[in-house]
Amino acid sequence: MSNVLELVNVRKSFDSELVLSDLSLTVKEHTATVLIGASGSGKSTLLRCINLLETIDDGQIFLDGQEISDPLISVDEVRRKLGMVFQSFNLFPHKTVLENITLSPIKVHGIAPDQAHDQAMVLLKRFDLADKADQYPDRLSGGQQQRVAIIRSLAVNPRVLLLDEITSALDPVLVNEVLSIVRDLKHDGMTMVLATHEMGFATQVADEVCFLESGLILERGSADQVLKNPQNSKTQDFLKRVHEAGRL
Amino acid sequence: MLNGPDQQAWSPSSRELERRNARRQISRKQFMIAGSSSVLVLGALYTLIITSPGWQVVKDTFFDLDYGREVLPTVLRGLVVNIQLSFIGGFFIAVIALSLALIRTTKSPALTPFRFLATAYVDIFRGAPLLLIILLVGFGVPALRLAGLTSNVIVLGTVAVVLTYSAYVAEVIRSGIMSIHPSQRAAARSLGLTSGQTMRFVVLPQAIKRVIPPLLNDFVSLLKDTGLVSILGVTDAVRAAQINASRTFNYTPYVVSAILFLLITIPLTRYIDRVIRRSSAKQNSEGAI
Repeated sequence: MSNVLELVNVRKSFDSELVLSDLSLTVKEHTATVLIGASGSGKSTLLRCINLLETIDDGQIFLDGQEISDPLISVDEVRRKLGMVFQSFNLFPHKTVLENITLSPIKVHGIAPDQAHDQAMVLLKRFDLADKADQYPDRLSGGQQQRVAIIRSLAVNPRVLLLDEITSALDPVLVNEVLSIVRDLKHDGMTMVLATHEMGFATQVADEVCFLESGLILERGSADQVLKNPQNSKTQDFLKRVHEAGRL
Repeated sequence: MLNGPDQQAWSPSSRELERRNARRQISRKQFMIAGSSSVLVLGALYTLIITSPGWQVVKDTFFDLDYGREVLPTVLRGLVVNIQLSFIGGFFIAVIALSLALIRTTKSPALTPFRFLATAYVDIFRGAPLLLIILLVGFGVPALRLAGLTSNVIVLGTVAVVLTYSAYVAEVIRSGIMSIHPSQRAAARSLGLTSGQTMRFVVLPQAIKRVIPPLLNDFVSLLKDTGLVSILGVTDAVRAAQINASRTFNYTPYVVSAILFLLITIPLTRYIDRVIRRSSAKQNSEGAI
């Protein structure tokens, strides 16, 4: 399995606050890498840096062997290969579900509108949302909106899917309908990097779990190693707190 | 609506019937109170006005029906000029204002000098009185005696109005653009859209929709402010009224002119309010935001 993503000594700070400090990470093809850690530990920033929504202060990021942290590279070109799903869905409220999904295929990837519609409908049918195709996002439940957001990022066949706490804004009943999509994608062999607080879910899909604290990966390994048998005392503390909050 | 067997078998209890009866009585009483207080207050106001000693003079000077009817066609012809000016001017204002707003919100380095010029333009024309700009353009430009420049007062008046209103409208559109949450931009960019595509397909449609009410206000203001070009000698509704009023020293033509403006502006605002409500009801389950 080849390395799809490679982060080498990535450093990022906002003003004087160091958010990522010399962080390195390798993501192999067809694997799911799960980032866990308290809020503010740098999970979201890490994902935004990979997607070039933030510019890193030092280090290198490679996508399929090409350095994407090079300022001379076309950021639009890079983002075409990456899918990103946000905690707050970020669907376009003035476009219908179908229009949200087909915007990028038509305008960015130059796919004919008819073909883009057909492909979008295939995805919508697969995830039981075909009847919502012509609705506006505000008419959908949170879970439905997030599923549409995932489909929107899938519609361009990304090399890597970045999922940033995609269930944090949902009530517990809706969480599962979103996570089951991610399980399906994992089964399909989609390469994913995801930040989550759902430890049970992490156990199911993760090939590798990384525990972040203060911009560093303190512990990494299989889900069994990190979540069931953590070695680092800070990982143990974090998991204990998560456990007490009833989220494990 | 429930449609189970319980629903069909249900008939209101006697207590519920009593309550309904009581509610009907309360609303009947409230209706009577509202009606009689309205008649009382409006009646008193009317009596006060028509019995006041100056009323006859006021009526003759401002509300002379026969004279009003006489000047109506002239003022109406003038109003057509105002309307034409508003629509032609409105078109150019929209184009220029949108360009200014886009230039001011872009980060493209090639546009840096234009960004500076656009800011200066908006600062100047938003800050200077419209009447002053009309005088400057309307009387100043012909005084240059430059070949190829028109001395047509309608054209010059329109140019002056367009110059000023482009600055106002550009700021409204820019505020709309800046009110779109950065997460929308992040989502669009992460889908691979360029910054231009993001503006065109994601930010601008939402921004324009959000600023339609203030833009409508500006259009109503524009329609009224076209009356200011009368100072250049354009025979619009205001000028037509002025000519008649100064001939007879009766001010009814001004009132006629005012009423004609209101006949356009009031229905216009109501109509567009409704359009906005309908379109946001389609998008937002929570109605207009």
